[in-house]
Amino acid sequence: MMWVEEVETLPRPGLESIQLKRLQKQVRRVYDTVAPYRSKMDDAGVKPGDIQSLKDLHVLPFNTKDDLRDNYPFGLFTVPLEKVIRVHASSGTTGQPTVVGYTEADIELWASVMSRALAMAGVTPGDMVHNAYGYGLFTGGLGAHYGIEALGATVIPVSGGNSKRQITIMRDFGSTVLLSTPSYALNLADAMADVGVSPSELKLRVGIHGAEPWSESMREEVERKLGIRAVDIYGLSEIIGPGVAMECLQTDRGMHILEDHFLPEIVDPETLQPLPYGEVGELVFTTLTKEAFPLIRYRTKDISRLIAEPCACGRTLVRMEKVMGRTDDMLIIRGVNVFPSQVEHVLVGIEGVEPHYQIEVNREGSLDTMSILVEVSENIFSDEIRVLEGLSKKIQAEVKDMLGVTCKVKLVEPRTIKRSEGKAQRVIDNRKL
Amino acid sequence: MRVEQIAVFLENKSGRLAEITRILAENDINIRALSVADTADFGILRLIVDKVDAAKKSLQEGGFTVGKTNVIAVEVPDRTGGLASVLKTANEAGLNVEYMYAFVNKSAEDAVLIFRFDEMDKAIEVLQQGGFVLLSGPQICAL
Repeated sequence: MMWVEEVETLPRPGLESIQLKRLQKQVRRVYDTVAPYRSKMDDAGVKPGDIQSLKDLHVLPFNTKDDLRDNYPFGLFTVPLEKVIRVHASSGTTGQPTVVGYTEADIELWASVMSRALAMAGVTPGDMVHNAYGYGLFTGGLGAHYGIEALGATVIPVSGGNSKRQITIMRDFGSTVLLSTPSYALNLADAMADVGVSPSELKLRVGIHGAEPWSESMREEVERKLGIRAVDIYGLSEIIGPGVAMECLQTDRGMHILEDHFLPEIVDPETLQPLPYGEVGELVFTTLTKEAFPLIRYRTKDISRLIAEPCACGRTLVRMEKVMGRTDDMLIIRGVNVFPSQVEHVLVGIEGVEPHYQIEVNREGSLDTMSILVEVSENIFSDEIRVLEGLSKKIQAEVKDMLGVTCKVKLVEPRTIKRSEGKAQRVIDNRKL
Repeated sequence: MRVEQIAVFLENKSGRLAEITRILAENDINIRALSVADTADFGILRLIVDKVDAAKKSLQEGGFTVGKTNVIAVEVPDRTGGLASVLKTANEAGLNVEYMYAFVNKSAEDAVLIFRFDEMDKAIEVLQQGGFVLLSGPQICAL
């Protein structure tokens, strides 16, 4: 089933003309109603009337989380508070929380994009949807909830926690779809083993996982342990919450962006210049239809790329690659942008190499040097020097090939790389910049 | 006639060899022969021990990367030309030495040469045909 087929399979020119009209209206609206937007645009010498094509988007100033914090809590809302029927907020673990607001129309929009996202994963009325995203200030739980209802499926608002009870509910209620973070899905799988429930006793068919970064190997683990198909969902509270982009069942790569409402760009995180489809850079979104809290050119700090090739499912909506990392993690080595996840990608592609690595950056004289520390597991260990040296050279060559940066490879003993709370510290930057 | 050897990955930092020997001593494992191969960044310690599996397990538990490989042990009289005669035979058969090390046994009459050749089966055949004495693991430990 394809939700809102007429929009999702629209030929690109038709879609782009809808996007342009909505963009023009949105830019006019924020300029007229939100002082910080107006002064930013005035400073840049841009007027709403300057937006004549989608390309003109590039003249508009960017916005970041700092803009949200500077205008905490409600300073960027375009409507009076009596029109706002819901607020959500980030946890604020990395500083002041960011607050987002929704009008009644926004809540409807959210339910609509979320239901379309669910449909991409094959969810239909009649499905029993186990929603284990947290309910509360976090957008995950409630965002998914309204989308499930809008689709006409049955929602089990189980929220997070109490894994044993969750398993009982899944079994007894016959849950067919699981919504959770990928790590919680693995947690449930382990808990199932503990309470002696086998995946074959469940009716689970598909898992929709997001809200945290996860790798392809993690996806395989979820699929294997739960016996389901696991798909990726993307969203962030600043843009709307879950339902910004979603993987369909037909693709093997990337999530369709609900482009009629969220206009994506990829920019170079350093120069902020827009990059063409296919290039890796920072994902930037403009919300085209949101009322209470629209965002223009919001820098997500997420690293991805846009895939323009048509998808087997028939949707014309552009796809975004699984998020590869955060701009905060980006290293610039001799002028080249390097993301630790790219190094990881190279390493997992080499037979037997485990992704236990650390990147060490130093400055020798005026030259940056990158060393990759790789733990030697028994799979790659040899008693012959030349085999290990060959491995180092292979890693070096593939990193050079992929990133265009020459690196040193240092083989180290297992568990040498410090792990804090199970999470390895991937980058040590010793440069004094 | 192969001998089991364990190999341990060594990062170039102080105290690693001491740690390995400490673990082996604690587990009552006797080292019969050893060699260290090193590069600028790492080394490989190769050991012939009396209890191969116990040694491997205890070192793994100590956090080391350990491998087990087969080598050939050739016993030659401890006199001039002993090693040369083995290498001559190997060379004539087109065998390449990946690495080797040696020790002299307690009686000091014989030397034991440990070899890793590129073609192990062929090496065993060629050396046996050449009249050399190949030792088994237990034989080495009994020396």
